[in-house]
Amino acid sequence: MTDLPFTTIEAVDAVFLYIFGIAALLLVGITATMVVFVVRYHRRRHPQPQPSPSSKLWLELVWTLIPTLIVLSMFWYSWEGYLKLIDVPPDALKVQAEGRKWSWNFSYENGRSSDRLYVPVGRAVRVAIVSRDVLHSLYIPAFRVKKDAVPGITTYVWFRAPEVGSYDLFCAEYCGVSHSSMVTTVEALPEAQFSAWLEKSKKPSAAGGPALLSRHGCTGCHSLDGSRRVGPSFLGLFGRQTQVLSDGRERTLTANQDYVRRSILQPQADLVQGYPPVMPSYQGQIPPDELQTLVDYLCSEPLSAAPAGP
Amino acid sequence: MAKQNDRGFLQASDRQPLLFDWIFSVDHKRIGLLYLYSVGAFFLAGVALGVLLRLELIAPGPTIATAQTYNALFTLHGVVMIFLFIIPGIPGAFGNLMLPLQIGARDVAFPRLNLLSWWLYILGAFMALTSLFSGGGPPDTGWTFYVPFSSETPTNVSLALLAVFIIGFSSILTGVNFVTTIHRLRAPGMHWGRLPLFVWSLYATAWVQILATPVLGITMVLLMVERLIGLGLFDPGRGGDPILYQHLFWIYSHPAVYIMILPAMGVVSEIIPVFARKPTFGYKAIAASSVAIAAAGSLVWGHHMFVSGMSDTAILVFSLLTFLVAIPSAVKVFNWVATLYRGSISLEPPMLFALAFVFLFSIGGLTGLILGSAATDVHVHDTHFVVGHFHYVMFGGTGFAFFAALHYWLPKVFGRMYNMKAATIAWAIIFVGFNLLYFPMMLVGLHGMPRRYYDYLPQFQQLNVIATAGSWVLAAGLLLMFVNLYRGMRRGAAAGSNPWQAATLEWVLTSPPPAESFSQPPQVTHGPYDLQQAGKP
Ligand code: HEM
Ligand SMILES: [Cu+2]
Ligand SMILES: [Cu+2]
Repeated sequence: MTDLPFTTIEAVDAVFLYIFGIAALLLVGITATMVVFVVRYHRRRHPQPQPSPSSKLWLELVWTLIPTLIVLSMFWYSWEGYLKLIDVPPDALKVQAEGRKWSWNFSYENGRSSDRLYVPVGRAVRVAIVSRDVLHSLYIPAFRVKKDAVPGITTYVWFRAPEVGSYDLFCAEYCGVSHSSMVTTVEALPEAQFSAWLEKSKKPSAAGGPALLSRHGCTGCHSLDGSRRVGPSFLGLFGRQTQVLSDGRERTLTANQDYVRRSILQPQADLVQGYPPVMPSYQGQIPPDELQTLVDYLCSEPLSAAPAGP
Repeated sequence: MAKQNDRGFLQASDRQPLLFDWIFSVDHKRIGLLYLYSVGAFFLAGVALGVLLRLELIAPGPTIATAQTYNALFTLHGVVMIFLFIIPGIPGAFGNLMLPLQIGARDVAFPRLNLLSWWLYILGAFMALTSLFSGGGPPDTGWTFYVPFSSETPTNVSLALLAVFIIGFSSILTGVNFVTTIHRLRAPGMHWGRLPLFVWSLYATAWVQILATPVLGITMVLLMVERLIGLGLFDPGRGGDPILYQHLFWIYSHPAVYIMILPAMGVVSEIIPVFARKPTFGYKAIAASSVAIAAAGSLVWGHHMFVSGMSDTAILVFSLLTFLVAIPSAVKVFNWVATLYRGSISLEPPMLFALAFVFLFSIGGLTGLILGSAATDVHVHDTHFVVGHFHYVMFGGTGFAFFAALHYWLPKVFGRMYNMKAATIAWAIIFVGFNLLYFPMMLVGLHGMPRRYYDYLPQFQQLNVIATAGSWVLAAGLLLMFVNLYRGMRRGAAAGSNPWQAATLEWVLTSPPPAESFSQPPQVTHGPYDLQQAGKP
């Protein structure tokens, strides 16, 4: 790490060390004084209180002034650290992160997009953060960076992965039922490997069903193996007898292509019984050809042929 | 006649008091007890919810509940603990019970308003409970109700908002009552320099209640309108701004932290001198710092928003102000410790809880420095570090002060003493359980576990298991403490009018105090901590 340029990790950890260090000293000092007084002046050893002044100006001035200097120094040091978090190196790679219920999508300048954040190791990366629906927060503990995804504005973080590897990435701002599964990774690759990945299959619409499901965040809530998540599983969806609530009326329908398409574009039109009505509409979010691919895939062999699951 | 007088205000006439004699009483002591029972019940409910939350977190993946249930549980836990326990807790219960006694007044300035504020509180609580079983089901927004999620979720958020709005009014009325009482009803000789520090703290708190709570009311109404007719104030698609909501919310909710902690500091400032047999060191500094905290604390709300997308200039200003507001709290801690110097200290239960307060509050305050610092807050914001930190302040601080107040003042209120040994054991169990519960939570947050997480990655499990075990120890200690207090107040030995040899005015009266606390205003002749004068007005 020593031969690498500056990282956000060092900027923040230095401040942690400074504040925790002083805080620990103060806590030990206060506690030790308290314990010593309690032991020394316990009524058993010290049956009568001894007079001592009940205020002393110089002492009180000192113990107001010293904490003032301490907190001012902490403030200053911390602000210096924060400035490094917002000072993006000019050569940073630009990526955009979109938060949505309940997955992340990362897109690169050349049109490549992914549900994991691939980055070249050692190089600064600037992630612009947007949200499609509610607040989210992009948080990478290993790099000490976090910023909310706020509908209507674009925020950012920058970081530099110090070593090749996989780092956890969380959503840190509560966003609803699957907040805690809005988890993915940062994959730091050697520069050459990263470039190869970036150039591979740039055209997103070339992607097949499974890739589209994950890119649009469907698998955040729907499983492919029959297990129950926030929404009904895709396994055995096509042709399933489904109890739904349409316009407040209960009815049973057989899932066909039309139903699947409607469920993607107007999820509130037919609400499947037993699941929370939380799915966002994808109207205008998915290009028509991709929508067709998705519907075809959901109604095709590998998913529909399986035994009817929950 | 003499027999009935033994029970003082608890039985003012010669017949057994009925429920109606309590819930429509305008006697500040009865209203205080109504508050005490209600906040106590909500505290126990909140603890049960907290223990369930911890149980779910003992292992990754589903354990005892679904994700939606977990989200509803932490929302309910937060709302109950904040709005039904900790904000009304010490002022509502011990403020009402003790404030008029401590300044030698007959009652508070507006006794009927006082009853109204309890009723509003109960009405709000009832509505909050109704929101669980009606409409779209239990709210799932967290106690902070952040938009846009809270304006979209189909759960019954609107009713919960209305509940919070009404409870806010209850809090404002208590504030108005206390400020007026302290200004107008002090007994002759009770000048400002002789006010007990608990009264000073209630005074500062009351101003925050009056000035800050209306902002909460406005915020809740705006959010309700947003939900009901789609006003769009917080919707960026229509010129609104979700960050505006956060400003409005914290303009109240940060000062609310001082509504929670100042009365607790007041309790501790009462107890330490009595059990150290020394006048408080730096009475003026403690009184002044209460007011300073209340004033400066209204300018630091932005420290909850360092990663919200707010401007860097705002971060600079709020970080600086936050660090400055730490100073008066530090001064108080030094004063409490200095009061022990050359005293004659006895470690009876109220003192044990008060000393534990100083320790736990120090941890809460010092970890708060990490959150006030912009660079480090970015890493720990919205993680379990924050959850651990605010439990240290609110539970380790205010919660422990509440327990200290129970052990200090209940013998006055009921005229009976609890079992000291059981109380001491309960204290030790609670203290150990508390640290076992919340210290690991701070550590797991430092390692990066976000808060409000139903599920987590395997590397976080070990610390979560320890925290959950801690919650059981803590719950056991609380159970022992409450059972012991309950038995003591029913059947304990007579406590006498001044069991701790304290010098404030409430100890001049018999225990329980008579229905007419001071029929003649006493002539006050000494300061609140002139311990040689204990027992004289
Ligand atoms: C035995 C006692 C308690 C236990 C076991 C407990 C446990 C917890 C846990 C596990 C969480 C949520 C973690 C998450 O973010 O997923 C939490 C949140 C919270 N607790 Fe407690 N707690 C207890 C007592 C208290 C007390 C006494 C207070 C206040 C006086 C309090 C106030 C809160 C608040 C405000 C939240 C945040 C809720 C939210 O995120 O909306 N708790 N507690
Ligand atoms: Cu989230
Ligand atoms: Cu705050």
